Amino acid sequence: MAVTYLFVFVFLAMMGYICHFAVTNKQELINNSYNTRQSMLLAQNRRGSIYANDGTVLAETQTNTDGTETRVYPYANMFAHAVGYSTNGRMGVEALGNYYLINSNEPVSQKVSDDMAGIKYTGDSVYTTLDVELQEVAYNALGVYKGAVVVTEPSTGRILAMVSKPDFDPNNIDAIWNDLVADTDSSVLLNRVTQGMYPPGSTFKIVTALEYIRENPDSYSSYYYTCNGSYISGEDRINCYHGTSHGSVDFRTSFAKSCNSSFANIGLSLDKTSFRDTLDGLLFNCELPLQSTYSMSKVTVEEGMLDSDMMQVAIGQGTTQISPMHLNMITCAIANDGKLMKPYMVERVENSEGSIVKQFNPAAYGSLMTQEEAQILTDLMTEVVNSGTGRKLSGLSYTAAGKTGSAEYNTVKGDSHAWFTGFAPAEDPQICVTIIIEGAGSGGDFAVPVAKRIFDAYFE
Amino acid sequence: MERYITEFSNYFITIFMALYTYECFAVFRYSTEEKRKGIYVRQNILMFLVHFTCFLTICMETGELDYLFFYAFQEVILFAAISLFSMIYPKINKLLINNICLLLSIGFAILTRLSYEKAIKQFIIVTASLIVAMIIPFFIDKFKFLKEWKWIYAMVGIAALSVVLILGSVTKGAKLSFSVAGIAFQPSEFVKIIFVFFVASALYKSSTLKEVAITAVIAGIHVIVLVLSKDLGSALIFFIVYVLMVVVATKNWLYLLIGAAGGSAAAVVAYKLFTHVQIRVTAWKDPWSVIDNEGYQITQSLFAIGSGGWFGLGLFHGTPESIPDVESDFVFSAVTEELGLIFAMCLILVCVSCFVMCMNIAVRLQDKFYQLVAFGLGVTYIFQVFLTIGGGTKFIPLTGVTLPFISYGGSSVLTTLILFSIIEGLYIIKQREVSKSGKTKRKGASGGNSNRRARVYEEDEAEFEEEYEED
Repeated sequence: MAVTYLFVFVFLAMMGYICHFAVTNKQELINNSYNTRQSMLLAQNRRGSIYANDGTVLAETQTNTDGTETRVYPYANMFAHAVGYSTNGRMGVEALGNYYLINSNEPVSQKVSDDMAGIKYTGDSVYTTLDVELQEVAYNALGVYKGAVVVTEPSTGRILAMVSKPDFDPNNIDAIWNDLVADTDSSVLLNRVTQGMYPPGSTFKIVTALEYIRENPDSYSSYYYTCNGSYISGEDRINCYHGTSHGSVDFRTSFAKSCNSSFANIGLSLDKTSFRDTLDGLLFNCELPLQSTYSMSKVTVEEGMLDSDMMQVAIGQGTTQISPMHLNMITCAIANDGKLMKPYMVERVENSEGSIVKQFNPAAYGSLMTQEEAQILTDLMTEVVNSGTGRKLSGLSYTAAGKTGSAEYNTVKGDSHAWFTGFAPAEDPQICVTIIIEGAGSGGDFAVPVAKRIFDAYFE
Repeated sequence: MERYITEFSNYFITIFMALYTYECFAVFRYSTEEKRKGIYVRQNILMFLVHFTCFLTICMETGELDYLFFYAFQEVILFAAISLFSMIYPKINKLLINNICLLLSIGFAILTRLSYEKAIKQFIIVTASLIVAMIIPFFIDKFKFLKEWKWIYAMVGIAALSVVLILGSVTKGAKLSFSVAGIAFQPSEFVKIIFVFFVASALYKSSTLKEVAITAVIAGIHVIVLVLSKDLGSALIFFIVYVLMVVVATKNWLYLLIGAAGGSAAAVVAYKLFTHVQIRVTAWKDPWSVIDNEGYQITQSLFAIGSGGWFGLGLFHGTPESIPDVESDFVFSAVTEELGLIFAMCLILVCVSCFVMCMNIAVRLQDKFYQLVAFGLGVTYIFQVFLTIGGGTKFIPLTGVTLPFISYGGSSVLTTLILFSIIEGLYIIKQREVSKSGKTKRKGASGGNSNRRARVYEEDEAEFEEEYEED
């Protein structure tokens, strides 16, 4: 009878729905703070440990003689935002790997002996992609400045180091929590790598250059402009950094010397619809393939916008905002023949016996640009190091490529954030570094030396 | 030792349940109860294993041996039910009896885990209900005047529902029950059966537009009274059962379209008029945004469903008690969390196999009144299963009805047992019809006057004839 088939069909659909829902949402449901099963799991299992890529302990739970538990972070402030904390909410790897850390896949025999001994089962361990040495160098290089450093592996998407300052000591998170929350000025709890929103400044010229190349594939190399320190369109004026007059520049030199006037000139020539497509393709104004909390980058390009605004967009000023992580992802795509790998920080999960519970493999997000475009940008960025604003990286045992930026955030005083984003070796990129130092000055003077210390540590 | 048992018991429970479910559908490969005998014996063994493993786990987890005595009582009652039904009514359909007892035993296990006190109450109610259920097939078989009581069914049904609306105690915003001598009655449960008899008796002779229109008015009154009582789940069941019974009685699928259009219009009106309808829809569309209020119950249910995995956390290893009303409306979520997704899917399939068997019986009944009754009751059952499981998993908006045989609730279990006893009674009638027509056919054949209909019938029902002859 038709009604029978109808009901059987409806029930099969419902069964498919239930299984699909339960399996795909399992972790998200467990992590929801309204879910009481978390405390149930924590009463049964001791929270697992977090390790660096070489097996160094980054976080572990110790049971005190009185039976209480303490979460210990041996590197204290150094991994504050990357590893995060697990009480008063969660952050970093503690949040990403929470599901695994609170579950235990101990063998039954071990569970039995735990029961006999009257101790909790050991939660599964999370092995991260973080590299203690690079993190330490990046952490120290940033010094007392506020800012962020992120180091990734462009061919896989592994995050090797992630530093955000100001920082805090996660060992004392319960004691300092109220102060951290109350202190809205320095926003210590903000992970500036993923959540910090900065004007990209001249690093955005990578994007403007890509669009110009796309619009003028045959003629961009014959581009030519004479810079006298500023660009004037009607009543609007764009100055080069510190009013430097760059003289006669071609496309390559405009990029290498980071000539604002020339890029304002380029910006006004661009087709806005096509530019928007390029921005969309580079993940502006949209979701990023990141698992952790992040802020969405913003840029406004639309038909009929004022020339003054368009000139600001072209040099990465105005209302444009980007997170260091997003800039790093664009740089990674350039370093990886245009292909973006999804950034990730959790490499694998092991049970107490060292058997692998879950392995995370590198995953491609897709192509942000063609291989040819990536190669042209790599050449431009190599020139920045050879003869432009990144010269502090030239003449070393490795060839670096990158772009500096000095993002002005206070137009009256001319204060600027120092940016650098780049990779090395230029011919076979292995690591990709993005740095922002708040209010330090020019990228070439302040951010590039930090990059150099990181590259040196990696390639030594 | 305990650790090993509790750790592995879920795998065993899942395997036993999966095998049982397989047998539920293997039944349909054979056409006679005789040939199905082996399957039924295997089912009895498997249901015993599921039940036993569940209670063994409960004892191990709690360390209380009391539960073993409780288990023994249940086993005695369930075994007695299976054997007494077969003894009193040798021609009974054993798949339905087996399924009922399996579902009851799962209900006992999960209720014991959730609330021992409620499980004992449920056990007493089930025992009494089984005794009532045992005499019903006899009455169905003997009382030939059941089809003449059209207006009595209508009046009793509407009166019972109205009494609740007027006098009923308010439980959870819905007026569902009233108490007599300390026992809460939920008349809408019983009226479901009376309603099916009403529609069947109204439409079996003729299903002209006039008849359909008159019954539509009566059915509409039922539904409106239920909506006013805020019992949306029952209102929906009455509506769907009515529409589908009309479609089957008239063999006109146009009524399904009319019903769908009318139902949608009524749903829109109800949504506009009643805040309790709006709340249900809001909580269904995005429960996470109203997790503190309207969405609390459903999100807690979703947490339970998401945390069990394929094999479940094990009895007493989850926290299903965090779902408000878990024993009545969300028992499926508790089952999924602690006994696992595979088990829960098998549970759904067992319910579906009950329904398919009901439809099988309905199709083969000759008498149109009985056919409509069997069909209506089958739809009543399966649609209620759909509402409660779909509602608890956010597949459809939540309406708050019980999962028959498993949920806690006296009216629910008694009604569903009566419902299936009636179907068993019809199954017995069906076999008599078959044997009669078998004789008729033989006469016809000897007279060399077999018409086309009889020949079709012969092919369809050969198996039942055969069965009859074996007896």
